[in-house]
This record gives sequence, C-alpha cells and structure tokens, in this order.
Amino acid sequence: MTKPHDYDSIPGTYVYDAGRGRIGYSLNMFCMSLNKAENRKIFEEDEAAYLDRFPLTAEQRRCVLERDWLGMLKVGGNIYYTIKIAFCDGLTFQDVAGMMSGVPKEAYAQMMLAGGRSPDGNRYKDPAKCSEQEHG
Amino acid sequence: MARIVAGIACSHVPAIGVAMDRGMTGTPYWDPLFKGYAAARDWLTKLAPDVAIVVYNDHASAFSLEIIPTFLIGVAESFPIADEGFGPRPVPTVQGHPALAWHLAESLILDEFDMTIANQMPVDHGLTVPLSVTCGQPPAWPFPVIPLCVNVVQYPPPTGARCFKLGRAIRRAVEKFDQDLRIVIYGTGGMSHQLQGERAGLINRQFDTAFLDGMTKDPVALTKITHTEYMREAGSEGIEMVMWHVMRGALDEHVAEVYRHYHVPASNTAAGLMILENRSAA
Repeated sequence: MTKPHDYDSIPGTYVYDAGRGRIGYSLNMFCMSLNKAENRKIFEEDEAAYLDRFPLTAEQRRCVLERDWLGMLKVGGNIYYTIKIAFCDGLTFQDVAGMMSGVPKEAYAQMMLAGGRSPDGNRYKDPAKCSEQEHG
Repeated sequence: MARIVAGIACSHVPAIGVAMDRGMTGTPYWDPLFKGYAAARDWLTKLAPDVAIVVYNDHASAFSLEIIPTFLIGVAESFPIADEGFGPRPVPTVQGHPALAWHLAESLILDEFDMTIANQMPVDHGLTVPLSVTCGQPPAWPFPVIPLCVNVVQYPPPTGARCFKLGRAIRRAVEKFDQDLRIVIYGTGGMSHQLQGERAGLINRQFDTAFLDGMTKDPVALTKITHTEYMREAGSEGIEMVMWHVMRGALDEHVAEVYRHYHVPASNTAAGLMILENRSAA
C-alpha cells in the first residue's frame, strides 16, 4: 500500500491521485461519454439502461442516479468529469459546489460574493493546526 | 529571429466564457470583472503579436483518463472548439502555427522536455476563455495560437519548478526559429479556487496577492511552492497556477508588470489577470 500523503490532512478535499484514479476510471469515463450530444440524449431518456454500458460498482451507480455529488468523489469521481452529469441537469459548478459543501444555493452565492470560504480554520483536519499557514 | 515579447497570466473560468457568449457581461454580477479586462484588450491590440503560445489545461475535453499527457503541444493547422458537455462555445476556430509549433516540439524534445505531439485536438474553455478575455468577440482570433497543454487534472501535475524550466526551454527554442515573429505567451488557470468537496468555495486573497507580487519580485521563489501548499492554501484546483510558471520562465529575468486585475468571485474562483513585458522588448 502507498503511504499516507501530506495532503490527506486537508479537510473536505478529495485529491484525484493514483488511488482515486484506480477506483474512479469507469465512473469518470461514463461522464466523459456525455461530451457527445447523442450520448447525453440516450442517458437522459433512460439513465439506468445507459449506465449498464459501464462497469460501475453498485455504489457508483447509486451516486450517479441519486445525484450524490459528494458521494461520487468518495468513489473515485473527479469533479471535471462528474460536472458533466450536472450539465445534463442544467446545473452549474456553483450549484454543485453548494450541494457538495452542504450550503444552500443562496447562502453559497452570498459566501462567494463576500470573498469566498476563508482558508482560516479550513487548512487542516486537525483543529489544533487549523490556523497555521503552510510555508513553501 | 523570433522572440517572446510579453506574458499574460489569466484565469480561465468557464462561467466567464458563458457570460460573454450570452451577453451578460454588463450585469451587476459580471460588470466589475469585465471592466477590468478592457485595459488588457487595449494593450494587446497595440502589441499586435504575430503568434500566441497558450499554456492551459484540458478539462476532460480533448483528453479523457485514457491517456494523460503531462506536457503536450498542438501542431495542427487549426483546432476546433470542444463540446465540454453543454455544446461547443460559439467562438471562432483556433488557427495554429504548424511551422513554429513543430520547431518547438523538436527543439523541446532535444532539449530534454519529452513533449507529446497532437496533430488533431479540440480546445476547451481553458484555452478559449483567456482568448475571449483578452481579445473580446472578434469574428476570427487576431493571431495564430499554439496550444500547450499541462496535465493538472490527474494528480500529480508537473512541479512549478519543472514548469518554469519548460518556459526557459520554450524561450531558447523560440530564439532559434528563423522567422521574425513577435510572440506573446499566456499562462492560464487559477487563481485560488476549490470546486470539490466540503471545502468548495475556498478563496485566499492573501495567497493570490503574494503570488501576483512574486511574479515580478521573485518568480524563482514561487516555483518552490509545493503541490500540497497550493491545495491547502489556494484550494485543490488552485494548483493550476503551476501553469503560470511556464509563461514566467519564458520571459526575461526582470520584467515590467504593466497591468493587473483581480476580482472575486467569478463563479467559484478568484479571477486574476496580469500582463508582464520583457524589459528588453522593443
């Protein structure tokens, strides 16, 4: 097994590294297929049947069908791929970002207008280290 | 001799392209961002470069996870606009510069940068949004473009230091090209933003400001920022800023900052724009 990474200490962040690449390939390649308008149409007509074309795990399937955006990241989804499902639904990056972070749409938009989510308190999973700034 | 006369750093948020394509740039939300782009467009019109090298990343458009090139150069005559999942942007096809692009590919590989070569590829918002930001909405782009892709989607991207060295090699290669061309190089992506996870929406103005300052004051120090520091401080997608180092490495050691614009938010992102001129440029 690979050693823990120093970025594992960052809270609320799913780095698309080798480990996620190994479990997420088929899920993300399904998303990639949605770049083609004809595939988007087939997917929208019968999502479950379209998903049968891809060797997804039961949990990956559930996450897609239920639009569990955060869940998709946990089973190897990469945001640049999973966003293509959101585009089918007429959602934006900001809509999905709000849903993943559990912030209602309007409150999320207000947070961004007010300068975004502060790094203070959000740098480390360990609250004791949270105010420390990384130095390169 | 060809030479690089200036560098442009520019964020490439898809929503900026959408705002332009749908005529929303004058809305209260977008107006402050777009007002800051006017001066850059004027500057670029006056500069009238012969060619642009645009360093950007593909976002699951031309390349999937099937094949992931770390550094890639596009040598085609032209590059169509990609469908990223909501139809292609209504912007002109990008014309390439095969003679210079092939020269760069050969020179870079022999200079120990193992480029992937693309004869055919669509280009996505990573390339077209910076062109839209700096050129507006012309019927055709005002100059040919050489796309240079950097992987920042599959971890790990190349290091900032490696990107800077690639920039140096690009400059060496450009200066060996026998046509008299004035070239502008774009470094795109960033600035701080996180699109994923419970921490989505992270913005770090302090980090971004220091990064912009460092582009002129001490770019080599910036190349030492680790991937983990980018992700922790500037958000998981803030790591795109490694691409700015390719642009910076291709410029003189000392450059003049001629313009800067920074605005939060553009969707989930801190949008930065910076123009750097080589001191030696005529």
